[in-house]
Amino acid sequence: MPELFHRKLERTAIGFTLAIIAAASVGGIVEIAPLFTIDETVEEAPDLRLYTPLELAGRNIYVREGCYACHSQMIRTLRDEVERYGPYSLAVESKYDHPMLWGSKRTGPDLARVGGKYSDFWHVAHLTNPRDVVPESNMPAYRFLARATLDTSDLGVHLEAQRAVGVPYTDEMVENASRDAFGQATPDTEPASGVVERYGEATQVSAFDGVTTRVTEMDALVAYLQVLGRLTGAAFENTAASEETPDPQQ
Amino acid sequence: MIAQLTTSERRQSAIILLVLGMAGLAMAALGRSDPLGVHGLLVILFSVGLSYFVLSSFYEPEPETDRLGLYYDDPIKVGIVLSMAWAVFGMFIGVWVAAQLAWPDLAFDAAWSSFGRLRPAHTTGVIFGFGGNALIATSFHVVQRTSRARLAGQVSPWFVLLGFNLFCVLAVTGYFMGLTQSKEYAEPEWYADLWLVIVWITYFVLYLRTLARRKEPHIYVANWYYMAFIVVVAILHIVNNVAVPVSLGHAKSYSVWAGVQDAMVQWWYGHNAVAFFLTAGFLAMLYYYLPIRAGRPIFSYRLSILSFWGITFFYMWAGSHHLHYTALPHWVQNLGMTFSVMLLVPSWASAGNALLTLNGAWHKVRDDATLRFITVAVLFYGLSTFEGSFLAIRPVNSLSHYTDWTVGHVHAGALGWVALITFGSFYTLVPTLWKRERMYSAGLVEVHFWLALAGTLVYVFAMWNSGIIQGLMWRTYTDDGTLAYSFIDSLLAMYPYYIARAFGGLLFLLGAIVACYNIWMTVRHVPLSASRRADIPITGLPAGAATPAE
Repeated sequence: MPELFHRKLERTAIGFTLAIIAAASVGGIVEIAPLFTIDETVEEAPDLRLYTPLELAGRNIYVREGCYACHSQMIRTLRDEVERYGPYSLAVESKYDHPMLWGSKRTGPDLARVGGKYSDFWHVAHLTNPRDVVPESNMPAYRFLARATLDTSDLGVHLEAQRAVGVPYTDEMVENASRDAFGQATPDTEPASGVVERYGEATQVSAFDGVTTRVTEMDALVAYLQVLGRLTGAAFENTAASEETPDPQQ
Repeated sequence: MIAQLTTSERRQSAIILLVLGMAGLAMAALGRSDPLGVHGLLVILFSVGLSYFVLSSFYEPEPETDRLGLYYDDPIKVGIVLSMAWAVFGMFIGVWVAAQLAWPDLAFDAAWSSFGRLRPAHTTGVIFGFGGNALIATSFHVVQRTSRARLAGQVSPWFVLLGFNLFCVLAVTGYFMGLTQSKEYAEPEWYADLWLVIVWITYFVLYLRTLARRKEPHIYVANWYYMAFIVVVAILHIVNNVAVPVSLGHAKSYSVWAGVQDAMVQWWYGHNAVAFFLTAGFLAMLYYYLPIRAGRPIFSYRLSILSFWGITFFYMWAGSHHLHYTALPHWVQNLGMTFSVMLLVPSWASAGNALLTLNGAWHKVRDDATLRFITVAVLFYGLSTFEGSFLAIRPVNSLSHYTDWTVGHVHAGALGWVALITFGSFYTLVPTLWKRERMYSAGLVEVHFWLALAGTLVYVFAMWNSGIIQGLMWRTYTDDGTLAYSFIDSLLAMYPYYIARAFGGLLFLLGAIVACYNIWMTVRHVPLSASRRADIPITGLPAGAATPAE
């Protein structure tokens, strides 16, 4: 009987196509739609702050250079990962990440909590030539970042686009985007205090690449790396214990 | 090629190219201070180049009026050539990036050639360039022969084929300039994505209209798979790539999806790109070229139905197995694991159906390297679908995820299954299409077979070893209960395997180059075959001369 039905179905191109669409749609609808409606999917984190314009520019460089191809930003709920990298990642930590950069491969280590782990100076040296600080490393050298001046002129438009996809940047943040990017990389100036005012006391203002006269792509990328895992403290509070790593011998 | 088009069709082509050129001009103007402008110039160049081709033969004589009684094979021939060109390009980049992991200075201190920018050029080059062109070309061949009808359009097959290649060129040149959405296997930016939607809808309409013209009451199983490939890839592509451009003058865009929902959408896309691009489409090739080459009908019609609907339904649930132990809710992870394991049933039903088809033809597998390509492809299909279900089990995944094991798994599928079935199909198709007696050299097909098989095995064994070692080192504890190895210890252990992997890839690349030479010499030097029986649609035959379909 089912075979007879199929013999009919395969005689009509449109009917067959509709059947394919019907069969293929179910899985996606059942698995994706509830992620938007079930509240527990993403935790609450009132202290979650947004990327500053400089950090967002750094994130765009991270995307541009394909860093995600070798570095994950997702610590799994396994004991060895938590002990190696820090508390496991929560959904809320990437709530405003358009797109997410969880990654799928660790040719290099996870970076979800790399922020604050090394000094700015270390990052600059490492990005300039990884083998100067980690002789065994196989990471590419990114010398050109320190030479490239960061284009800050259109950061306001970037913030507006981010707002269009749901990131709550205020009008004030959009208006001051270029100025804030400059300020975050030039400590002890008036623009610098503006960034802290808008993005919070915890915002790291620093001459990331050691040069305060201009803002480079190196500044932006290091600013981004230094904020990874530090947008909210939610992962350090009240979370369940990590799972024992599965062991076939037990 | 242009000689096959009437004057009004030539005019139509010229108008399409003009509109495309205007779009390129708009991109170049709006994006003059952005990499978008470079892509605008590239689009203009593409349009001008093809326009020259069309206009230079614009006033040549019109085609014979009986052309509609023949199969439309020109786009297929060009598709095969493009596919092989992309194969060499994509595999070359693959060997290069593999070597960079062992010798990082091979990036030569330039931005465009660093690992992160070359890696998507490799994946796009082989998946979309090589695989995509092979799928488009063979789908045009199979749908015509199994429907015994000519393609339903004269200009649209060219639009689909060349439009798709424009997408691939925009993608790869974009990565070199640093343009990427960072979504794996969906890296191209918003304007390239929009262009692909237009191309893909044209492809869908063309395919559906050709099926509607068929002279057979039933739609052959290969066409089910091509149809699933076309329709589902469209759905996946559109949903995953919804994004807001920074402005019309910026190549950069921001995805509307964020965080955990984005991760789910991305891997729903990513895993089903594997399912419907790299599996369904190539199963279609298998269902046509295997019976043709073996001279045996498909073993079981019922198994074909079971595996087709099993694959179409189950695969779409499996994507979340890429996100085990992450911030994705547990219930979604478990659903993904369950369906991934169940997927083994339809997958092995397909593989079993193919192997049983060979009963009575095993002596041909021994003697004919082309049929051996197809047979070994089926074995690797069975192997990698088993491995896929296995890796989707949560505790197994806790070891394998983030390691080279995943890379090894993907390449067992991509080299062993996708590439081998494609080469087997091409070696079957090329002499037929160009109406030659045989391939130029059976010996070179044999050489290619052993290079490809050796390359695949070296590659996959290297990655199995490195992946499992890596996974074990990361979770090994000392007796004191502390982690035994630093991350860099695990990286140091990888170097020998990275060198072996690059060598395996090199063997595979050499095989593809041998194939290019063999195909070229077949077209140029093998005499036309008088014995190839009339290969024309049913309408083209004189009344009463109808022969059974191939």
